[in-house]
Amino acid sequence: MSVTTQARPTPPPAPPPGPILTGTAHDDRPLERGFKVVLFACLAVGIIFLAVLLGYVLIQGWPRLDANLFTNQMSRLRPETAGGQAAILGTLWIAVLTTVMSVPVGVSAAVYLEEYADKTKWWNRSIEIIIQNLAAVPSVVYGILGLGLIVRAPLNLGPVILAGALVLTLLVLPVVIISSREAIRAVPPWLRDGSLALGATRLQTVRKVVLPAAIPGIATGSILALSRAIGEAAPIVIIGGAAFVTFNPTGLDSRFTTLPLQIYNLVSQPQEEFRTLAYALIIVLLVILLILNSLAIFIRNRYQHRW
Amino acid sequence: MSTDLKAPGAGVSLRRARPRYGERVVEFLLFLAAVLSVVTTVGILIAILEPTIEFFAEPAVNAWEFFTGTEWTVLFSEAQREFGMPTLLSATITTTVVALAVAIPLGLGAAIYLAEFASPRARKLLKPVLEVLAGIPTVVYGFFALTFITPSILQGFTDVGTFNMLAAGLVMGVMIIPTIASLSEDAMTAVPQALRDGAYGLGSTRRQVAVKVVFPAAISGIIAAIVLGVSRAVGETMIVAIAAGNAAHFGFNPLEPGQTMTGFIAQAASGDQPTGSIGYESLFAIAAVLFALTLIFNFFAIRLVRRFREEYE
Repeated sequence: MSVTTQARPTPPPAPPPGPILTGTAHDDRPLERGFKVVLFACLAVGIIFLAVLLGYVLIQGWPRLDANLFTNQMSRLRPETAGGQAAILGTLWIAVLTTVMSVPVGVSAAVYLEEYADKTKWWNRSIEIIIQNLAAVPSVVYGILGLGLIVRAPLNLGPVILAGALVLTLLVLPVVIISSREAIRAVPPWLRDGSLALGATRLQTVRKVVLPAAIPGIATGSILALSRAIGEAAPIVIIGGAAFVTFNPTGLDSRFTTLPLQIYNLVSQPQEEFRTLAYALIIVLLVILLILNSLAIFIRNRYQHRW
Repeated sequence: MSTDLKAPGAGVSLRRARPRYGERVVEFLLFLAAVLSVVTTVGILIAILEPTIEFFAEPAVNAWEFFTGTEWTVLFSEAQREFGMPTLLSATITTTVVALAVAIPLGLGAAIYLAEFASPRARKLLKPVLEVLAGIPTVVYGFFALTFITPSILQGFTDVGTFNMLAAGLVMGVMIIPTIASLSEDAMTAVPQALRDGAYGLGSTRRQVAVKVVFPAAISGIIAAIVLGVSRAVGETMIVAIAAGNAAHFGFNPLEPGQTMTGFIAQAASGDQPTGSIGYESLFAIAAVLFALTLIFNFFAIRLVRRFREEYE
């Protein structure tokens, strides 16, 4: 039996080597491209808006960005040389006081929640939920709290710097707590375990191991919280920061104004010079915020540890 | 013999050598710091409720009028006072709707772009820039709306006055873009890569994956982001106080001026109302409505965020 070996049909040629064909191969169809362009446009609108806003503020405020701004006080009679010294100093006072009060308390609360709290206990879980809710309460409500309990009876401080700083402390506290908790949580458990295994107590571990490792994250979060406090106008308006302050703050019980409040009060002034002045003060405010944010980014990039 | 051989460390008690009272005291102090948030919440409730109760006890006020009336003239002279809270609510709704009409499409578009299309380098550059929008003080936005958006842009198209709810709403919308974009992007990046790969393998394009796979999978996080955006818009004060005017009247036309709940609180508080006056008490009654509204929104949003986190972790 002669086996005639017929030539087998040739197999189909192997697919050319290259990436596996998936749907992304069709990504250059017009519809796909159009979709991507529309999405990018959404993002671009926000960024262009930001650029226009900053450009407009700079152009409007530039003519008044002079030494008078820092050395003179508000003046109804001479708007062209009036300055915002009281507002700038008021903002600095408020910033320092708010930091001094909010950071220690906020970090303590974060340490408690991360290192000590037993999550199975209902009160600890409630505290967490309450903090999350407080972080989203509108700032105007904190102003109401300040007006109703701090400025008038029962604390009856009056609309002074201490009252303003207290209100802003309560306002930023949830933000400080949440960001500090994240920083503490990022410290790996084996660092704690190592410390505890060497015989350190819980408190020693927190003080000498956990907190030093978490400080860059805590600092970044606190600075960002502080920049929120500096930009707030609504709570200060409500507790009754003074409208036309022509004197620098002298102490905790001094009446005061801040940059955002001063800017708000200039809105209702009819003269064009006051509008320019307001824009110059906005530049000062934005520069302060820019410095704080750059500092936060610097700390994060320079000291943040990736474990 | 063998009794002499001791395992190293045996006989050393592993219990703490002595009670550490200092540690307990510190722990208690830390607990107090955490409890301050509870105190703050109780403080807010007391601060708001006490004057609110007094407000409703005033003979001139009745609750039915407060919740259904369409005139709000509390700061007028005694004979002309009307207490219809919906007057202010209508302006709050109008500015919020305008803001959401801006922020939802732009915020979600930006989020999908950042999560699904941008290269890691582009994302690292563009996301912080977008978030700068959330860091601009709201008083700056308000001033910008009043002195640029209204006169230079809106008045070129329509016949609007110096104060209008449209400018306030538009600017507020831009302000909450980062809130919506950032949270929705988080939700979308939390969607497991396997879901995307499966869809790509079936021949889907990037657009189809983004719209039909990632977006639905991240929907609870996206809704949470929008709800938080609503809560921010309802509570925003300075933009509406500056750019929307302070004439309270019932209506939903964004081309008209209007006074929102927050706008009224700011105006009444700057007027330095004496304690116990009806103007002072009305401020707290409005704050109570505002607080209740935002609390409901926030509670809803926080629960949604938890849900989507649990799903994929």
